Amino acid sequence: MIDGSILDVRNIAKDFTLHAQGGARLAVFAGVGFTLAPGDCLVLSGPSGIGKSTLMRMIYGNFRCQSGEILVRHGDEVIDVANAHPHRILDIRRTTMGYVSQFLRVIPRVATLDVVMEPALAQGIPATEARARAELLLAQLRIPESLWGLSPVTFSGGEQQRVNLARGFAARYPLMLLDEPTASLDAKNRETVIEMIGAARDHGTAIIGIFHDADARAQVCNRAFDLSAYAVKAA
Amino acid sequence: MSAQPGGYNFAYLDEQTKRMIRRAILKAVAVPGYQVPFASREMPMPYGWGTGGVQVTAAIITRTDVLKVIDQGSDDTTNAVSIRKFFAKTADVATTERTTDASIIQTRHRIPETPLRRDQIIVYQVPIPEPLRFLEPRETETRRMHALEEYGLMHVKLYEDIARHGHIATTYAYPVKVNGRYVTDPSPTPKFDNPKMDNCPALQLFGAGREKRIYAIPPYTEVKSLDFEDHPFEVQTWEESCALCGAGDTFLDEVITDDRGGRMFVCSDSDFCSQRRSAGHTGVQSPEAAE
Amino acid sequence: MSLFCYAEPLLSAEGITKTFGRITGCADVNLDLYAGEVLGIVGESGSGKSTLLRCLSAAVTPDAGTVSYTLRQGGTKDVHAMGDAERRMLMRTDWAFVHQNPRDGLRMHVSAGGNVGERLMAVGERHYGDIRGCAGEWLAKVEIAENRIDDLPVTFSGGMQQRLQIARNLVTHPRLAFMDEPTGGLDVSVQARLLDLLRGLVSDLGLAAIVVTHDLAVARHLSHRLMVMKQGRVVETGLTDQVLDDPQHPYSQLLVSSILRA
Repeated sequence: MIDGSILDVRNIAKDFTLHAQGGARLAVFAGVGFTLAPGDCLVLSGPSGIGKSTLMRMIYGNFRCQSGEILVRHGDEVIDVANAHPHRILDIRRTTMGYVSQFLRVIPRVATLDVVMEPALAQGIPATEARARAELLLAQLRIPESLWGLSPVTFSGGEQQRVNLARGFAARYPLMLLDEPTASLDAKNRETVIEMIGAARDHGTAIIGIFHDADARAQVCNRAFDLSAYAVKAA
Repeated sequence: MSAQPGGYNFAYLDEQTKRMIRRAILKAVAVPGYQVPFASREMPMPYGWGTGGVQVTAAIITRTDVLKVIDQGSDDTTNAVSIRKFFAKTADVATTERTTDASIIQTRHRIPETPLRRDQIIVYQVPIPEPLRFLEPRETETRRMHALEEYGLMHVKLYEDIARHGHIATTYAYPVKVNGRYVTDPSPTPKFDNPKMDNCPALQLFGAGREKRIYAIPPYTEVKSLDFEDHPFEVQTWEESCALCGAGDTFLDEVITDDRGGRMFVCSDSDFCSQRRSAGHTGVQSPEAAE
Repeated sequence: MSLFCYAEPLLSAEGITKTFGRITGCADVNLDLYAGEVLGIVGESGSGKSTLLRCLSAAVTPDAGTVSYTLRQGGTKDVHAMGDAERRMLMRTDWAFVHQNPRDGLRMHVSAGGNVGERLMAVGERHYGDIRGCAGEWLAKVEIAENRIDDLPVTFSGGMQQRLQIARNLVTHPRLAFMDEPTGGLDVSVQARLLDLLRGLVSDLGLAAIVVTHDLAVARHLSHRLMVMKQGRVVETGLTDQVLDDPQHPYSQLLVSSILRA
């Protein structure tokens, strides 16, 4: 792995085999590779359906790699997420790599504040500090205090996404994966999120983002990676 | 063997059976408080009437022994009388009502008030030898618990008592730990008698005929009643003294004297009470006091 | 403080095989469980998951393979080679076993307080007030009203009985819990509440757990890692979210696609 880089994606390929449908094979992409250093904010670009979210999920360990390596600098070690023991990946997700998906996965009975605090608590940050951070973020993202004690299950899509973002930024990670962070946000909140991403980047966080919004892209990203070049053409 | 009345062997049991029982007794003495299984024989009295105690006594009694039999502390109840007659007939041994004169004392439900001596043996009649039985019905499990010294469940029983009644409500067959190892059922003697078992100079033997178990507490063995630090073991006390002999530190029986609620408290140990009366002690209801 | 430990696994199983005559219970199963992790084992009835759980928790001796456990004081021990006394002690202190039917894991005619206090008494606690106080705290943790401490479990609902079973098991701060369909047989809302409780306890106590379930939703909610079993063999294993979102094995795909969606 290159000195100073935090992520090194090497020659990865993804396809899906649908056993329930006679073993139909869907190839998504192949030969994908790039590296990322602290302070890089990389945008994944390409048309819808090309596999941007898929690539992000592979880096996070949520999707399997059919070939290749995904090397992450985790503390003093370098770990290949594509082939690591799940136990190691859990540790990477706890302290090194954060992921804000497009949709918040809601558990109906957990209060918003607890949802946002959880990743910070998992890192061992004391409850008082975790709570303070969570409250600050929720306030910045304009979630009314009256909602903090409620579960996000009844919130609007936009509100849920802001809770998701607050949760993503409550803990500090050297590497962050953001999938459409500004989708379903109004102008004010979009600005806030762009600021938050920019601030993280300036602090040395390495970021990979999928931005539908060209404006956000322009403001925060300093690198780009076009996935279309690696897509496998449908037969 | 000399000719016995009715053709019975000495003390009823055949010699091989006695040997088997003596082996069980030796094993029991070697492991204080441990229940030794034995091949309980059919006796000429039904289960529940002291067959275990009778078999133990029959195995150890010799021609020179002097036998006392008590039931609830008294020598003249039906059971005590029957068993005493049984041994008088099949072993032709001397019998007595005086604790101090006896070499073997067979008992149901009480320990004599008179302290026992090194040359005496006390034989207890035991209905259910397993102290854990009512909490854990499986024999496989209780044997395991004894083997591995897992007695938490015994304390659960005491806990339940305190939770339900505010105090440990067990007043008889109060579980004890023998020699720091086995939890044992002292037989249905009142907990008042438990302290007498501790460091007792006499050999204590326990026989359960229906359940086919023998256990023993050798002389001078530590016997400790189970309790909690904040609910320590306590014996029963009475406000009254014995109405006949005035004793204030014995186990008292309540006797109803008439239909108008009249009652009096007398020593349960009939021999002890009569010894005191012979020595001149009186109580509030002694014939002398009435004058 | 890190709940996830890089050091050796808490429980390690190699080559676990158990057959019943011609019927395979489980065959050649390997797994590693680390402190603070929950491993879900899913599969249909007859897949061998309960047999595997019983081999791991020493309820049953496997025909082949070893199960090693890292003791609190350090060092590992073969769970099946341990002496009876040591294993029973382990089961009462360091381990928890939550049965599907709470009646199998409770003394139905001992009060709730007595049930929770039993483990404490079994390890030598002799102060009634302290035992009762501790039992009361645990009842509160599993959301059973404290005024039910003297009630018998026969008077409790199924969900309450299950929560009592959990309290009874956790009172000695075990490090490893085995759970066999812990939410089976409960109403949906009761199930949800129980899962929340378990999730909370797992994270608060840093408990490691192996949870056998046929319900993928339970697995998703509770476990970090997932193992899919079919006919006694492990067909797929990985992070829960990976197995459920990107199943590789045909059987895993079948299971995942069978989940009813609202």
